[in-house]
Amino acid sequence: MKIAVCVKRVPDTGTRIRIADDGRSLSSDGVKFVLNPYDEFAVEAALQLAEAGVADSVTLLTLGPEEAKETLRHGLALGAHDAVLLRGETTMDGWATAQALAAELARREDGLVLLGAKAVDDDQQQVGPMVAGVLGRPCVTSVTEVEVADSVATCRRAVEGGQEVVEVDLPAVATVTKGRYEPRYASLRGIMMAKRKPIAEKEAAQVAPGLVVEAIEYPPERQPGRIVGSGTEAVGELVRLLREEEGVV
Amino acid sequence: MKDVLAVADTRDGGVLGVSRETVGAASGLAEAWGGSVDAAIPGATEGEVALGADRVLRMPLSNEAAGNPDLVAGALAGQVQGHGYSAVVFAATARGRDLAPRVAARLDVPLATDVIAASVEEDDVVVRRPVYAGKAIARVRMLARPAVISIRPNVFERAPSAAASSADALATPADVGAGTYRVLGFEPSRDVALDVAEAEIIVSGGRGMQGPDHWHLLAELRDALGETAALGASRAVVDAGWRPHAEQVGQTGKTVTPKLYFAVAISGAIQHLAGMRTASVIVAVNRDAEAPIFGVADYGIVGDAFEILPELARAIRELRDN
Repeated sequence: MKIAVCVKRVPDTGTRIRIADDGRSLSSDGVKFVLNPYDEFAVEAALQLAEAGVADSVTLLTLGPEEAKETLRHGLALGAHDAVLLRGETTMDGWATAQALAAELARREDGLVLLGAKAVDDDQQQVGPMVAGVLGRPCVTSVTEVEVADSVATCRRAVEGGQEVVEVDLPAVATVTKGRYEPRYASLRGIMMAKRKPIAEKEAAQVAPGLVVEAIEYPPERQPGRIVGSGTEAVGELVRLLREEEGVV
Repeated sequence: MKDVLAVADTRDGGVLGVSRETVGAASGLAEAWGGSVDAAIPGATEGEVALGADRVLRMPLSNEAAGNPDLVAGALAGQVQGHGYSAVVFAATARGRDLAPRVAARLDVPLATDVIAASVEEDDVVVRRPVYAGKAIARVRMLARPAVISIRPNVFERAPSAAASSADALATPADVGAGTYRVLGFEPSRDVALDVAEAEIIVSGGRGMQGPDHWHLLAELRDALGETAALGASRAVVDAGWRPHAEQVGQTGKTVTPKLYFAVAISGAIQHLAGMRTASVIVAVNRDAEAPIFGVADYGIVGDAFEILPELARAIRELRDN
């Protein structure tokens, strides 16, 4: 069985973002881009399935600019076997992204397609189930653990108040979140080997976005608050403020 | 006719309170268009449903069937296509987040998730939604019809608790496609009563709590605050394995908008602040008076969380008992 993992390059979560002069995008000046943290869990899940002998190969797939190759190289250094770059533009329209990814995935024969549960830039949390929708395959979201046996994937998923166990027939799609998978670091040997691993490049089959970002703004600054006091003596006054001034307790 | 469909959330035979916010958001759009609001109830419910919608569409599914998101999504998409709604509104709960993209894909339209404001401008739905976990807010125009959105809990005003004037049943499609989804079981988490993203009050702990053994201090404060309170955690705490990821607040966890947020022994890393800065009231308790968390907190107490937490729990319990 082959596994494909769809990944995205995103600004590092420690980055302080700056809005570009056009007022509707972000400035990429000085921004450090990384593999989306949720995609790291998906890559780790795929590598563990490969190491367990369940999968023969792990292919990374991304939609993005030339620079996204750095992200693919990083995933290859972690242990993925090969990668595909779909040259194109990612927008906030996850449905457009899903169709571009699915057009490529439809040509492949992956038993399992994994994605991060969400990307930490647009926070749309939708591409996985949409890819599955195009492909007509079942999709399990927010998966913390996946096992594959006899053409069936058994997934544990994080839901409100607990963990659900879901089974789907392969081929299937799953989105992975934090849980069992602890992303590995790239070894020096992995980094060296990644330089010789193949990255196929293609033009993405793109559709026009069905939504437009008209503006991006900073959130309103919070009014500076005040220190009520120090130690347990301040508790009485704090509780009074929360009750009388704010009415929240 | 420009009607709006609101999709309610059900759990354990009841409709969740957040569904009135979903209907509230849908009503705002419907009013601008002069249309009406239908509320779809996917799942078994007992008694009358008072959500403030004009019409209720019941879909009495067994727990097993309601657990198959493709079956529910197929039924909802069928209803949307049959009626021709101009907008569909979900709540961005765990279930809404899973369901909405499946429905949007079936309708061949985009989806805007976690929306904090929605209006009709020049006949289009225009929404505001946080990006980069709240480090910025995007204004987005939905060009495709229907406009499909999910709303962030605790932001929209609830529709009045009024019964609908009519009720119908929602047809369940025979062929759901991708129908191999089987829910085998559910394991409730220890000590998780309410999801952090839906809670009205959140008590979050950071690395300064020094270990999972001290979490009972936060749990006691949560219990004192009542049933609408939940526990949260910083990334450092989850990375250390002290608490589950479901409780993590911040850019690699959940973005929350509670009425009241307690940040206890949390220094206030940028990725945490992004996830909670839209709370109505923020209280910080930290030993370090220079901690960045005090820069966003409305009220702060400088001091030892281990001493302050029991006193705070006691004072709030006393207040609520009177």
